[in-house]
Amino acid sequence: MKKIFTLTFLLSGICSFAQDDLMKELEQNQKAEVNYVTQTFKGTRIINGQSVETKGKGELEFIFSHRFEPISTGAYQVWGLDGYPAVRLGLEYGITDRLGVGIGRNFYYDNKMEDLFLRYKIARQSSGAKSFPVTITGVGTVMYQPYPNAADAASNGIPNPSTSDRMSYAAELLIARKFSSKFSAQIAPTFIHRNAVDKSIENNDDIAIAFGGRFRVTRSLSLIGEYYSRMNVHANSPYYNSVGGGLDIETGGHVFQLIFTNSLGLNPNTIVTHTDTKPGDVRFGFNISRTFQITKRK
Amino acid sequence: MTFLAYSQKFTADKTYIKFFSNAAIEDISAVNTKSSSIFNEATGDIVFSIPIKEFEFAKSLMKEHFNDKYMETEQFPKATFQGKISGYQPTATGEQKASATGKMTIHGVTEDVEIPGTMINANGVLTMKAKFMVKLQDYKITIPQLLWKNIAEQVEVTVEFNYKSL
Repeated sequence: MKKIFTLTFLLSGICSFAQDDLMKELEQNQKAEVNYVTQTFKGTRIINGQSVETKGKGELEFIFSHRFEPISTGAYQVWGLDGYPAVRLGLEYGITDRLGVGIGRNFYYDNKMEDLFLRYKIARQSSGAKSFPVTITGVGTVMYQPYPNAADAASNGIPNPSTSDRMSYAAELLIARKFSSKFSAQIAPTFIHRNAVDKSIENNDDIAIAFGGRFRVTRSLSLIGEYYSRMNVHANSPYYNSVGGGLDIETGGHVFQLIFTNSLGLNPNTIVTHTDTKPGDVRFGFNISRTFQITKRK
Repeated sequence: MTFLAYSQKFTADKTYIKFFSNAAIEDISAVNTKSSSIFNEATGDIVFSIPIKEFEFAKSLMKEHFNDKYMETEQFPKATFQGKISGYQPTATGEQKASATGKMTIHGVTEDVEIPGTMINANGVLTMKAKFMVKLQDYKITIPQLLWKNIAEQVEVTVEFNYKSL
């Protein structure tokens, strides 16, 4: 009996060895693959600014963002929640997995602005057969400001603005690395050009470098942060660097971002040029995005 | 002997794995055609290797969630099966019932399984077909609390592999 047992044991040992060998043979025959990193960030926004993420082919994202009054307004204003001075409603569509187009309607206080952008993933972080350390996405944005109207524009230092005067442009190069499944970071040189500005306090051209990061706490919950450092601040500028932190919560097709920031900026122009609250005086806000698959992948 | 065993090995040249989840909110299915397999006809030994990220879905977001939240693909890039086919007669042609017994590894968890299926031997082309259920719980695949319950607790897996002699 013992012998039979030993024999069976030996045989089963040999069998599984044979299968291990077969598995090795299988793995040797497999071509080395390129593993592209996915989900460096959960959504297309880190806080106020863009992330390297693009929408998948045929996906349409509806994203709406609110920023409330400063928390320092106190209990009577429910710590700012009674007023929402900045809102952006936006749509973004994935033409391919790497190329997207988006539009947005913004208001902040009495200003209104439309933005239209193209986003292209130039390079993808990968490992395996082809290794590349970062994901690089370029975003080009054109913005048009239909308001203020002629009368109010004068008080903004730009009397009788023409259509051209209402235009502004942004170019962002987003460079991000997913260091681990827990931690991702992004650096983004940002260039803004505005055709018309109040030259006593503003520049036509602004350069800023944005830093962003994500730390994943659980599968569905991440901590997020972002900071814009302006490189050429006008000597009389009344504005501040945009800074923000928050929580990124993902459910089915939604991404909820609960945000604390000093900025009302929801497009590159206003983030860089119109952050009007001191960094210590934060506002609560949120971004909510919902993704729909418009055309099936296969 | 070694030479003989070698000549009786088959490798999969066409692979098809589909999983189907039937749940209240939506039915989800995905297809993977990038797997590989070797079958040793002489010994009955068989191995499968399935790259998880190659499952293609109708929606980008489904694929993202599948890899990121359920399968944790970065950590567990492959599912494997290694085992033995029994009930298959290499000399017989046509369709015959067979079963595969062995170890299935999904999501880093290994389980002993027995999968009934059919084998078709026609002119040196071997086709293997099976349909079976996989319980997510068995492989410690959990549904994140914040995610809606739009995936079933067990999914139906359909496998169809074509082999040619190596």
